[in-house]
Amino acid sequence: MLVDDLRAALAPDRVRAESLELALYGRDASGLAGHASVVCFPLSTEEVQACVRIAVAHGRPFVTRGSGTGLAGGAVPLDDPVVIVTTKMNRVLSVDVDARVAWVEPGVLNLDLSRAVAHLGVHFAPDPSSQQSCSVGGNVATNSGGPHCLAYGVTSTHVLAIEVVLPDGQVAVLGGLEPEPAGYDLRGAFIGGEGTLGVATKIAVRLTPIPPVVRTLLLDFTSVDAGAETVSAIIAGGLVPAAIEMMDARITAAVEAFVHAGFPLDAAAMLIVEVDGPPSAVDDAVERVRSIGMAHGARSVRVAQSEAERALWWKARKSAFGAIARINPDYYLHDTVVPRRHLVDVLRQVYEIADRYDLVVMNVFHAGDGNLHPLLSFDRREPGVMDRVLAAGKEIVAASVAAGGVLSGEHGIGIEKRDFMPMLFSPDDLDAQARLREAFDPDGVANPQKVLPAGSRCGDLQSIPAGAWV
Amino acid sequence: MITETAIDLAAFADKVGSEGPVAVVGGRTQWDVGGQPDPGTRLVEAPSAIAWIAAEEMTVSCGAGTLVTELDAALAEHGQCVALPDWEGATVGGVLAVGHSGIRRLGYGPVRDTLLQARYVSAEGRLVKAGGPTVKNVSGYDLCRLLVGSLGSVGLIGDVILRTRPVPAASQWFRIDTRDPARLVAAVHRPASVLWDGGTAWVLLEGHPADNDAQAAAAGLIETSGPPPLPPHRWSIEPNDVGALTGTFVAEVGVGVVHHVDPQPRRAIDPVVAELTARIRDVFDPTRRLNPGRDVLAS
Repeated sequence: MLVDDLRAALAPDRVRAESLELALYGRDASGLAGHASVVCFPLSTEEVQACVRIAVAHGRPFVTRGSGTGLAGGAVPLDDPVVIVTTKMNRVLSVDVDARVAWVEPGVLNLDLSRAVAHLGVHFAPDPSSQQSCSVGGNVATNSGGPHCLAYGVTSTHVLAIEVVLPDGQVAVLGGLEPEPAGYDLRGAFIGGEGTLGVATKIAVRLTPIPPVVRTLLLDFTSVDAGAETVSAIIAGGLVPAAIEMMDARITAAVEAFVHAGFPLDAAAMLIVEVDGPPSAVDDAVERVRSIGMAHGARSVRVAQSEAERALWWKARKSAFGAIARINPDYYLHDTVVPRRHLVDVLRQVYEIADRYDLVVMNVFHAGDGNLHPLLSFDRREPGVMDRVLAAGKEIVAASVAAGGVLSGEHGIGIEKRDFMPMLFSPDDLDAQARLREAFDPDGVANPQKVLPAGSRCGDLQSIPAGAWV
Repeated sequence: MITETAIDLAAFADKVGSEGPVAVVGGRTQWDVGGQPDPGTRLVEAPSAIAWIAAEEMTVSCGAGTLVTELDAALAEHGQCVALPDWEGATVGGVLAVGHSGIRRLGYGPVRDTLLQARYVSAEGRLVKAGGPTVKNVSGYDLCRLLVGSLGSVGLIGDVILRTRPVPAASQWFRIDTRDPARLVAAVHRPASVLWDGGTAWVLLEGHPADNDAQAAAAGLIETSGPPPLPPHRWSIEPNDVGALTGTFVAEVGVGVVHHVDPQPRRAIDPVVAELTARIRDVFDPTRRLNPGRDVLAS
């Protein structure tokens, strides 16, 4: 029996098959649901290896998950898999402040890691909005971003090496602490693989020095266009702020009622711009952002006067998705990227699409990266509303791609956007991606039915094992 | 503003074709990395032109045969540059295919982080796009990372979209005699480079001139004209092992690239990594026609 074998390899209380656990681990934050056949909580690489080998021996696929905060359904169990939960592998194994590297287990929470090393003057730079609850292993799986990725780069930039259990049960270290490990950048290929290439069991992360000076500006505009144009002008002016975040009027009203940050309720758009670095560079950047903003119609430019004020602004930004519960009980959060110069045009289309489907849309997003997060707010008890939400979402993705953008900036593809992949990629492009997956997982046992639409591997169909999904 | 110059990728794909051993030749600045192509390998050149510069996106598109120096010169008009090594004669495709960084890696990051999108010709002679045009993108598997450092064994790169970075307001080399160069990396905020030969450290500070001067003064650095000459052989070691180096070398502190008079002793390869590497080669180039003779595990 599958469950008995797993219990023998781990411990009876860390292999669960009760209906409550199966229901809990049948979904992630996407709202999509699947079905787990058994849920495992390994504590070590060896136990993960046992889970993978036992699953395969019983002819089952496996699905790995961390905190389950993913919004694209990447951790939703399909094909009745063994679910491997990494949340109990949550130790910071070592911190080397001279080399600015920490080895961590995949279940360590993003913000816990930064807190654990803050006294050393360093932090883990990727900072998704879910950073209080998302795990570093999940960050690796989705190549997570966050507001400060504008200057610091996404997760891939901050991961040096990963110990993985491959889908055949073998263990390897991909990448390394040395700068140019021999061979392919398997580390880079693995990151963003959404659990389809193996299970990360230890991660060597780069720690980034906390900047000497940080200044945060709040700019408000009477039109969304003026805000978006300011973003382009800042970047074209040769500045790379640590973050440029935009909030539209509706989201500003929602968070202000929730957090009381003193945001102007009559602004059409607000920008939070953060600059960091040594003092003269920061002073210079603050003045340039101020003058660019004023030249593009900013009504006011405020600089946070204290760390408390700065923290409040960021709290407002990061709690936006909780705040909108005041408007409607449900929301659907999208994630696309467009070239910055098309922000104005695509935002206009987003509002138009939502109007056409009679949905409330709010925008709070990483404007500096052109990373849109249109949020459709609704009440799922309203008959037929989900169909409208999904149809509007698809149009928003299509509008982003038509403007030269991409399907996802940080949430990933999962199930949600799997069938949108042909919007961006030709059959030859998808075939190449399927080849990478095949090299890591020739038998298709790791997180089946995710990322690539069925039939992505074009040639050589005869060699695919019966029932396998590529 | 974006001005478009068309790059004829179809013609490049025709040149590569679908049969027979083939490799792309660039500036031959790193032609020996991983061994030379087998005799009889047909050599083709990649397109050489800048397709567009989008200063407000901080992105640029060019043919893989474009010289890095030519690209940087064109970007300089917009106050930008690329974080690629600007060795004389090196092509964009060449530095990406080899993946070795320049001496500013401490501040600029590895070569692999620069590539946003690549269009390459596969072993079957098909045009394939990897990645996308935006700085942030998690749409599917990150094939761009696999291409960087692949020595052309995954596909032959035809054109690319790269992220750019601002040219710093000021850039100044400093030096100091020290036995403890790791201390410098912590003492100054994000130096662009710290080189060390066992007795002297060279530090490149970039940014606002007042910050550079203040940081240099606080760390006791003295202005100097530039970095030292680099010995010929390239090593890759863990940054913490730099302090224990012997012989004649210039090490990149905080990075672990070492320029040494002697070649690096052969590194051990994990057999599981070797197996995975072979599987990747098998799926992308089953007949081993792409750059045969060059071994990624020996690079």
